[in-house]
Amino acid sequence: MPKLIVDGIEVEVENGATLLQACEEAGAEIPRFCYHERLSIAGNCRMCLVEVEKSPKPVASCAMPAADGMVVHTKTEQVKRAREGVMEFLLINHPLDCPICDQGGECDLQDQSMAYGVDGSRFHENKRAVEEKYMGPLVKTVMTRCIHCTRCIRFSQEVAGVPELGAIGRGEDMEITTYLEHALTSELSANVVDLCPVGALTFRPFAYTARPWELKKTESIDVMDAVGSNIRVDARGAEVMRILPRLNDEVNEEWISDKTRFVWDGLKTQRLDTPYIRENGKLRPASWDEAFAAIAAKLKDAKPEGIAAIAGDLACAESMKALKDLFAALGSPNIDCRQDGAKLDAANRASYIFNSTIAGIEDADAVLLIGTNPRIEAPIVNARILKRARAGGVKIGVVGPRVDLSYDYDYLGAGPQSLKDLGAFADVLKNAERPLIVVGQGALARADGAAVLAEAIALAKSVGAVSGDWNGFSVLHTAASRVGGLDLGLVPGAGGRDVAGILDGASKGVMSFVYLLGADEIDMGRLGSAFVVYQGTHGDAGAHRADVILPGAAYTEKNATWVNTEGRVQLGRRAVFPPGQAREDWAILRALSGVIGKVLPYDNLDALRAAMEADAPHFADVDMAVPAGALPDLAKGELDAAPFESPVKDFYMSNPVARASAVMAECAAGRVAASRIQAAE
Amino acid sequence: MLEDKDRIFTNLYGFHDWRLAAARKRGDWDGTAAIIAKGRDWIIDEMKKSGLRGRGGAGFPTGLKWSFMPKESDGRPHYLVVNADESEPGTCKDRDIMRHDPQKLIEGCLIASFAMGAHACYIYVRGEFIREREQLQAAVDEAYEAGLLGKNAAGSGWDFDLYVHHGAGAYICGEETALIESLEGKKGMPRLKPPFPANVGLYGAPTTVNNVESIAVAPTILRRGASWFAGLGRPNNTGTKLFCISGHVNKPCNVEEEMGIPLRELLEKHAGGVRGGWDNLLAVIPGGSSVPLIPKSVCDDVLMDFDSLKAVQTGLGTAAVIVMDKSTDIIKAIARLSAFYKHESCGQCTPCREGTGWMWRVMERLVAGDAEVEEIDMLLDVTKRVEGHTICALGDAAAWPVQGLIRHFRGTIEDRIAAKRGAAQAAE
Amino acid sequence: MSVRRLDPNQPESFAFTAENLEWAKKQIAKYPEGKQASAIIPLFWRAQEQHDGWLPEPAIRYIAEMLGMDYIRALEVATFYTMFNLSPVGEHFVQLCGTTPCWLRGADELKEVCRKHIGPEKTVSADGKFSWMEVECLGACVNAPMVQINSDFFEDLDAASLERVLNDLRAGKDVKPGPQNERHASEPIGGLTSLTTVGQPETGGSN
Repeated sequence: MPKLIVDGIEVEVENGATLLQACEEAGAEIPRFCYHERLSIAGNCRMCLVEVEKSPKPVASCAMPAADGMVVHTKTEQVKRAREGVMEFLLINHPLDCPICDQGGECDLQDQSMAYGVDGSRFHENKRAVEEKYMGPLVKTVMTRCIHCTRCIRFSQEVAGVPELGAIGRGEDMEITTYLEHALTSELSANVVDLCPVGALTFRPFAYTARPWELKKTESIDVMDAVGSNIRVDARGAEVMRILPRLNDEVNEEWISDKTRFVWDGLKTQRLDTPYIRENGKLRPASWDEAFAAIAAKLKDAKPEGIAAIAGDLACAESMKALKDLFAALGSPNIDCRQDGAKLDAANRASYIFNSTIAGIEDADAVLLIGTNPRIEAPIVNARILKRARAGGVKIGVVGPRVDLSYDYDYLGAGPQSLKDLGAFADVLKNAERPLIVVGQGALARADGAAVLAEAIALAKSVGAVSGDWNGFSVLHTAASRVGGLDLGLVPGAGGRDVAGILDGASKGVMSFVYLLGADEIDMGRLGSAFVVYQGTHGDAGAHRADVILPGAAYTEKNATWVNTEGRVQLGRRAVFPPGQAREDWAILRALSGVIGKVLPYDNLDALRAAMEADAPHFADVDMAVPAGALPDLAKGELDAAPFESPVKDFYMSNPVARASAVMAECAAGRVAASRIQAAE
Repeated sequence: MLEDKDRIFTNLYGFHDWRLAAARKRGDWDGTAAIIAKGRDWIIDEMKKSGLRGRGGAGFPTGLKWSFMPKESDGRPHYLVVNADESEPGTCKDRDIMRHDPQKLIEGCLIASFAMGAHACYIYVRGEFIREREQLQAAVDEAYEAGLLGKNAAGSGWDFDLYVHHGAGAYICGEETALIESLEGKKGMPRLKPPFPANVGLYGAPTTVNNVESIAVAPTILRRGASWFAGLGRPNNTGTKLFCISGHVNKPCNVEEEMGIPLRELLEKHAGGVRGGWDNLLAVIPGGSSVPLIPKSVCDDVLMDFDSLKAVQTGLGTAAVIVMDKSTDIIKAIARLSAFYKHESCGQCTPCREGTGWMWRVMERLVAGDAEVEEIDMLLDVTKRVEGHTICALGDAAAWPVQGLIRHFRGTIEDRIAAKRGAAQAAE
Repeated sequence: MSVRRLDPNQPESFAFTAENLEWAKKQIAKYPEGKQASAIIPLFWRAQEQHDGWLPEPAIRYIAEMLGMDYIRALEVATFYTMFNLSPVGEHFVQLCGTTPCWLRGADELKEVCRKHIGPEKTVSADGKFSWMEVECLGACVNAPMVQINSDFFEDLDAASLERVLNDLRAGKDVKPGPQNERHASEPIGGLTSLTTVGQPETGGSN
């Protein structure tokens, strides 16, 4: 552990730490543009120069290993001049168009210019102008502003794993671009905008819509997948203006997927903002009282075994708890939160969560992916696997769809049979100290899902994936609601029907009443003549089938809880109010319970959450991934030969909010066009 | 004055056959196996004792550089990379070695590689030297056929492969880490140091990059002994050196001379003297375009070696002597170099990418006199903010010529500005 | 350096001839397993030679695929190194050194010759025979001024001798590369000042 002196303060840093880190340790602020903690070191901006005794030249602190006995100065005249020099060089060709630049107000160049630059300019030549580069519907470019820090290039190579950005030409004519200006194809592409220290890369959908200082910032949780990425929702008045990542090393580090980031326009279109009742085959706006009365009338005559409820992929835990309690009060065992039909066992938590944790992927030394395409099911998880792969010393195997995951892997087979015969990879897992087995919904949402789950758990046990503090059996979910629903027991009670059973019953006329809590991904055609209540946010599949629509709150419009694939309980917070008559979801169910005379025993959020904690104590452990304990032994069953398929068919269109988003539609169309071109080549 | 018997490059001008048989008659490959038999330590020690300093420009002691390579392999291969990316304006000596005396280089590659535990060596030839590359490749092929390369090269017991590689038009690839990047198939962008190539070089393996001339003189030094080489020149500036004399002399030429030869003697003895006589001399760039010029007053008695030139705020560099007589527009001569550095900046780091363009544009205005007098100091300040602040030495190389100009010819610049003013006023 | 762009007019596709493909494989074999990207400059160069002196976009992809490189990395290389011509050049491509050592000895005069005999810089002459551009130091400074025409250096030029070379090339006549005065190589003109005792110049010596 080297000891060094920074500005007269002695600090001791980790072996391998850089001078920049040592300076920060000592409390010295080091300006930088190209340096980023999560990217490789480029050392090109030269802003972080410091003075090191016995070194004739100033030293780039980001790239210099801290060594024992170094004496570093960060506040000398030489350092000040070096910083002023770099600032001046960066600004001579940078346009002074801050008033019309979307980066204005949150620009590193602006901020550091104020702190370390000088006023005035000595540059009397013409400034450089650089042609814009097309990068697709998400990232807008104003390349004249580029300061060539290469963060975006390094991100696309190292984090996204899709090396499609580069710097062509050289010298002062060096330009950042994609190959022949094709649109970015990574699902994580827009993180380059966050990384861009200037206004060269900005959000195309956000262009010229708001200034950062007029936005109200709310820290919340994303629901586009089961990762639970930590986000910040920026709103102006009643409108969400943009979504940004929030730092959480355990979950999403500081990245979010393009869907998480750009789905916000979907929050404003196709919204259900008033209750509706179907009359004479047509939906008409109605009051809450009318809607509740219609439901109550239907329920009055219904037999408990003839009614059912399905919770959708975006549902919050509070609403699911209320739904479960309501149906329990109605005496119905027909409830399910697994609208994809995944054969998950709610009885044993270790069998349905991502036990290793997402951060734990970095500790694994062998990874087997079963029935999953994490790149589109959970891009953030895929980035973590890539990070692990890039660190080296890991073998990755895949049973399931053979797709470009952005890292190399051994392909072991397409379907369940391959689990029985992993060939040499079986030894890889056995010999690994911390093997990780990731099971996707593509392996579980099928008739033999329970048998696959049993097989996978048995495999995990046989290769020693659970030992000491390591549990390398991990289920990768695709739905934000799923783990919360399982935790709260939204699975059929004794003699109850699961999703397949409910649809089966409804199509045969056995079910007379089905309550869809934001469930849009089921086959609506199989609901037969059942009376369908749809509680949700968008005019998607469920609303089109519904007899009564109850407008709910989107994830940005309520204080609510989600449990991510790791079993991590996280709190979303309201950034804006729901539109029109729409209400928070648990409150809708609570109100309905009153109308039908089955009053739920909580009338505020705290009481509801207390009830949730009573069901599942870990709901009290907010932000924690509480270990779930031992893996069960599940009964093995017959395995099918059919290949595993990813449940996510179109990354950009996987839920009602995304399907309402014009930006997501443009991305999806662009992706289709790109794949056609590739196929033609 | 160096005698022919002490000249290493006896076919410098290509009057004799470059092929292997003739090269052997000139003494190449004489007892190579015996030299190698003396062992690595002996070779490196002898190179250190010879006082040879790198001939590529920086003048780092060659033997010392070789000694930085790990003694034992940790499993990674070792590489020697020969820098034949000769691109420093004024410099054209390695070209002659490759086309006229290639076996000296090839033999040197074997010996140096052995001394550093390398079984493979790449010679990186600048892309424009197409014929030179062909000739060098032919020489390598001949050496392979003769058993001088390959398994048990030259009967030394050392297996050694030598490959000729080439660039495609980028001065920056003469910087050793940029060269390595280029050899790996990337843009020639210099790497951050540390780690140095001796630890992490080509393909992440220990690597030494040496100039063509440094490698090509090694066999002769080892054959004739370190003391012979060290006995030539002056202490710390030993041996012979290829000088390239270009510009305003009567007979531009390359010549091998003793280190420390007086500049005036060098020019008058070999290059037919300054055009119009010594008194018609304006200035000399003594070591390739990167080093600051020196005016005639300094040229009168300066010696051509590392330390003597350093003492007059310039450098020996590649020993490419660019002579400018009094007819020269000295501002334009340096502005053209500024254009060169702007063209050749790789663009990676801020001060060089932005500074080379800025310096060039101001220089162009100074050529026309279209500037304020205060801008001279402003320009000087800009050079100081480039110099020493970049990843590699190209920033320094771009700054120094301008600094040299301002140091010695500030008056000329001021006169140009004043003349432009006067002309403008007269026109009014 | 100015901004370098791919030519708007590109061929449909590119592939090495059988002979060049064979050659390319040998080049790739020079580098260790997994390091085949090292061959990109030689392969681009051969592609350029095969394709009338300029590197078309399909060749960038073709070679990137051959070497297992991402397209963008290959494009970086193609645009970084200035010897890769991204647009068509004349049959005789004249690269005129304009850097200080050549400039001191009359490079400007040679530029005039090029303008007069060929036309504007970086423009292929109407007959397709010539194009010219100013380049940076080509490393033959003691034989300044000089130009490179395709693979050969023409040194110790003046306006008259360059005109003669260009005219001969236009007429399809053979031209002799190297110094265009009586020099053999880099020796001082008119008599050696060194290496006078190392044996007399032999015939069979080669440039």
